[in-house]
Amino acid sequence: MKITVNGVEHTFEGDLSTPALWYVRDELALNGSKFGCGTGLCGSCTIHVDGEAVRGCLVSMEELDGKSVTTIEGLSEDGNHPVQVAWRQQNVPQCGFCQSGQIMQAASLLKTNPKPSDQEILDSMSGNICRCGCYQRIVSAVRQASTGA
Amino acid sequence: MLHQLESFARNSQSATGLALQAVLRKVAATEISRRGVLKGMSGFVLAAHFMPDTAQAFDAYPTQGLNMPHGVRNDPHIFVSIASDGQVSIVAHRSEMGTGARTSLPMIIADEMEADWDRVTIVQAEGDEPKYGNQDTDGSRSLRHHIQPCREIGAAIRKMLEMAAAKQWGVSDGMVEAIGHQVIHKTLGTRIGYGDLAESAMALETPARDRLRFKTDEEFRYIGKGQIQIYDLHDITTGKAVYGADVNLPGMKFAVIARPPVVGAMIKSVDDSAALAIPGVEKTIQIPVSPLGSKFKPLGGVAVIAKNTWAAIRGRDALKIEWDRGEHGSFNTPAYEKELRASVAQPGSSVRNQGDTEKALQSAAQTLTYEYYQPHLAHAPMEPPAAVASFKDGKCQIWAPVQSPYVARTDTASYLGLKPDDVRVNVTLLGGGFGRKSKADFATEAAFLAKQIGGAVKVQWTREDDIRNGYSHTSSVERIDVGIDADNKVTAWRHRSAAPSFLSTFVKDEGRQHEIEIGMGLENLPYAIDNISAEQCKAYAHTRIGWYRSVSNIPRAFAVQSATAELAVELGKDQKDFLIEMIGPDRILEAKASGLPGKFWNQYEPQEEFPFDTARLRAVAELAAEKAGWGKTLPEGEGLGIAVHRSFVSYIAMVVHARVEDGTVRVPEVHVAIDCGFAANPERIRSQMQGACVFGMSAALHQGLSFENGEVQQGNFNDYAMVRSDNFPEVVHTHIVPHPFSVHATGVGEPGVPPFIPALTNAIYNASGKRIRNLPIDNQLA
Ligand code: FES
Ligand code: FES
Repeated sequence: MKITVNGVEHTFEGDLSTPALWYVRDELALNGSKFGCGTGLCGSCTIHVDGEAVRGCLVSMEELDGKSVTTIEGLSEDGNHPVQVAWRQQNVPQCGFCQSGQIMQAASLLKTNPKPSDQEILDSMSGNICRCGCYQRIVSAVRQASTGA
Repeated sequence: MLHQLESFARNSQSATGLALQAVLRKVAATEISRRGVLKGMSGFVLAAHFMPDTAQAFDAYPTQGLNMPHGVRNDPHIFVSIASDGQVSIVAHRSEMGTGARTSLPMIIADEMEADWDRVTIVQAEGDEPKYGNQDTDGSRSLRHHIQPCREIGAAIRKMLEMAAAKQWGVSDGMVEAIGHQVIHKTLGTRIGYGDLAESAMALETPARDRLRFKTDEEFRYIGKGQIQIYDLHDITTGKAVYGADVNLPGMKFAVIARPPVVGAMIKSVDDSAALAIPGVEKTIQIPVSPLGSKFKPLGGVAVIAKNTWAAIRGRDALKIEWDRGEHGSFNTPAYEKELRASVAQPGSSVRNQGDTEKALQSAAQTLTYEYYQPHLAHAPMEPPAAVASFKDGKCQIWAPVQSPYVARTDTASYLGLKPDDVRVNVTLLGGGFGRKSKADFATEAAFLAKQIGGAVKVQWTREDDIRNGYSHTSSVERIDVGIDADNKVTAWRHRSAAPSFLSTFVKDEGRQHEIEIGMGLENLPYAIDNISAEQCKAYAHTRIGWYRSVSNIPRAFAVQSATAELAVELGKDQKDFLIEMIGPDRILEAKASGLPGKFWNQYEPQEEFPFDTARLRAVAELAAEKAGWGKTLPEGEGLGIAVHRSFVSYIAMVVHARVEDGTVRVPEVHVAIDCGFAANPERIRSQMQGACVFGMSAALHQGLSFENGEVQQGNFNDYAMVRSDNFPEVVHTHIVPHPFSVHATGVGEPGVPPFIPALTNAIYNASGKRIRNLPIDNQLA
C-alpha cells in the first residue's frame, strides 16, 4: 500500500492491521505522536488523515491506503502554526506528553470551525486527556489561536 | 574534624558554644566550597546569625538535602561550562516530569551568575550521584534542597568570571562587576564577554563561600519572576521532545511483557506457539517472578520480543500462560474494605498521645465518629512506563524516564550482577511521574532483556500494564472520634488509620506504616484541642504499594478536613470559622507538647528551619476564604467548601465552588492560597496548582482500583477514568503568599492534591446536602 506522511510518499508492506501510530513511530521514527492508551480513549496519538483529526492508535494501515497523513512534525514548516504559537504563549504544557495530540486536535477543530464557541472547544477537546491537568490553559490557548486574543 | 566540632557545638547551649558555632559557620563555608560538597551543615542551626566578610544576601541553612544519599553538591565546575562563544551549559541533575525542575534550577544558576537565559543550554545529567549529589526527584524537594547550592554555584561562577577579568585588566576584583553575560570595568566602562573569559575563569579554583557576593532579592532577573518559559516548550509543541519510548537504537527490538496478574503469581506453564506465529514476533523470554517485598525488581513474566511494538503487543496478547496465583490470589476489595473498617474499630498502636484522649472521650457529653475510605489508586502517568536498553561487552546502557536515575542504575546493576560502573542511565523527559517513575522496574526489565538478547531493546508498557501492574497508592480507612463537652467545646480528637504501607514493597510486611506515612497528617494534627491521640491500626498489603503524588496526605486531609466540616455542621457553626477556631492560637507545633514520643517527621526537614507554624496555616485558610468570597449567597444546588493542609512543608488552603446537578458535580472555580516560602518560579507554582486540582478531581470523582482474586479489575481510561475538558476545575486562581528569599522555599509538586478532595466534598455537601465519606464519588450523587 501507499501512504503519504507529512508530504512524503511511502510504501508499506507490513502487517496491514498495524495502527498508524506504530507505523509512524516505529518505521518512520516520527515520535511526536504518543502512545497513551491504544484504545482511542486519550488522544495522545492524534494525527490528521486528509486534514481531519483521527486517533492514530485506532486507524489501521489498511484504512490509510492512498491517504495523506500529517503528524505533529508536519503540522507546520517552522513550528509556528497558530495553535503551536498560542500553546507557547499560554505556557500550556507541564510534562508535555499529551500535547502533540492536544495541538493536533485543536488544529483540526479550528480548521473546520475557525471561531468555535467555548462549549465547542470543550466538546472537541474532551477526547484528549491531560493527566497533568493543563485544561484551563488548553482552553485559553485554543481560544487565543482562534481569535488571536 | 568538622563533624566532631559540629556535634560539640550542637550539643552546647553555652555562650562559648554559640560563638564556636559562629566560627564554625565560617569554617564550614570555606570547607564546603573547597570540597564542593555540602555535608554536615545541620549543626549550625542554632547559631546566631553569622556575619560574613562581604555582604551576603543569604545565610546558608540546613535542609534534609544534606542527609540524602550523596547529599547536595555545589561544585560549579561540575554544573556549569562556558564555551568561547559565550554559550553557557548548565547541568540539570533532577528529572523533568512536568513540575519545571529541569528549567527552574538552571534558571537560578543563570540568574545568580548573570547569564542571559537565551544563551543557556541545559544538559540533562545521567544517573551519577557521586558526581552530582542526590538526584531522586521526589518528595517535592528539588527547589527546597537545591535553591541554595544553585545560588552558590551561580555566585561562584560570577566571582570567577570577575576574577578572570580583573586579572586581565590588572585591577582588583572590586573594580569589576559581572552584568548581563559580560564583566564591566567599573571606572573605564570597558567590557569583556563571558565567552572571552571562559577559559581563564573556569581554570580558577572555586572561591570560598565567604568570598562570594550573593544577589539581593531586588537584583534577581529571573528568580521569583515567573517569566522564564520551560526549556522544552518549543520541542514539546513541535513533537521533538524525547520521552522514554522515543529513543531508537540501530537494530533495536521491541518488547511487551505479560506480567503476573497477581503479585508474586508463579508461571505454571507457557504456550507461546500462537504468539510466535504472529508476523514480526521473534521469540519469548521468561523473566523470573519477584514476590511482594522485592523493592523495584521486575515483577517477572514472559516477554515477547518482536520487530516492532505492534507485533510485540499482538504477540503478548496471544500468549497462553497458566499462573499459580499464590498467596495474594484471594485478595478481594470488598472484603478488604471490611477488614480495614474492623481494624480501626479496635485500638491500634499509638503514634501520638497528648493529654488523656481515652478519658476525655469517656467523659464527653457527646461523642461523634466519622469514618472515611479511599481505595487503591494507580499513578497512571500519561506516558506509560517505557525504557530502552542496550547491552554490549558486559556493559549496559539505559534510556528511561526515571525520577531517580542513580537508584535505577544501582538497582539494575545488582539485578544483572554488574558493577554500577558498568551501567549507564540516561534520563529522558518523563511524560508524568507522580511517584510511579521513581520505581524503575521497567528500566531494569529493559536491561535484563537487552542482556538476554545481547543487543538493544525497547520495553513498552501498555495502559493496561500500567494500571494493573504498577505500585498502588495505599488504600485506607481513617476513623476520627471526637468528644464534645456540655458547652459544645471539642475536648478530644482520636484519629485511627488503617492503610497498607509502602514498607511492604521493601521488607517483610508487618502491617505497620512507616514514619513517613505517619508523618503525613496522622501525627501532626494542628488543632488546639487538649486531648489528641493518633493510632495506626494493622493493615497488610496484597499488591505492590508505592508512594503516589502526596502519598498518605491524601486520605489524612480528606478525613481531617471532612470531619472538621461535619463537626461544624453538627455544632451549628460556620465551617470556615470553625476551622480557624480549631487551628487556634498562632504557635509553632512542639512535638513534646503534642504528645509525640520523638520528633515530628516533618518531611525530615529540620524543625528549626521548617517549623509547623499555625499562623501560616491559618493565614492561607483565611486568604483562600477571603478571595473566594466565603459566605456569599449562591444559587440553589451550589456551594463552597474549604480545606487546608500542610504537607511537603508547604501550607495550602483551597476553597472549591461546586455545582451539583443531575447527579454530577461541576467545579466552576477554585481559590488556592499557597504559602511555599520564597516562590522561585510563580508561573510553575500556578501550573502545579491547576494540575493538582485536576489530579484531585480525577481521584475524587472517578478513581479506584478494585481487586478480584488478586487481579486489578480496571485496565484503561474507560474504567479508570480521568477528568477531561468537558468537566474540570474551570478556573483555578492561585494566590501565592509573598515572601523574601529568607523565608525558605518549601515544596510545590505534591501538596496541592490533599486539600482539593475535602474542599470538593465539603462543597458538594454545602451544595446538595450529600456527605461523601467513601471515595470515589462515582454515582453517589445520583
Ligand atoms: S493512544 Fe490513541 S487515543 Fe490513546
Ligand atoms: S502535559 Fe502532561 S499529560 Fe498533558
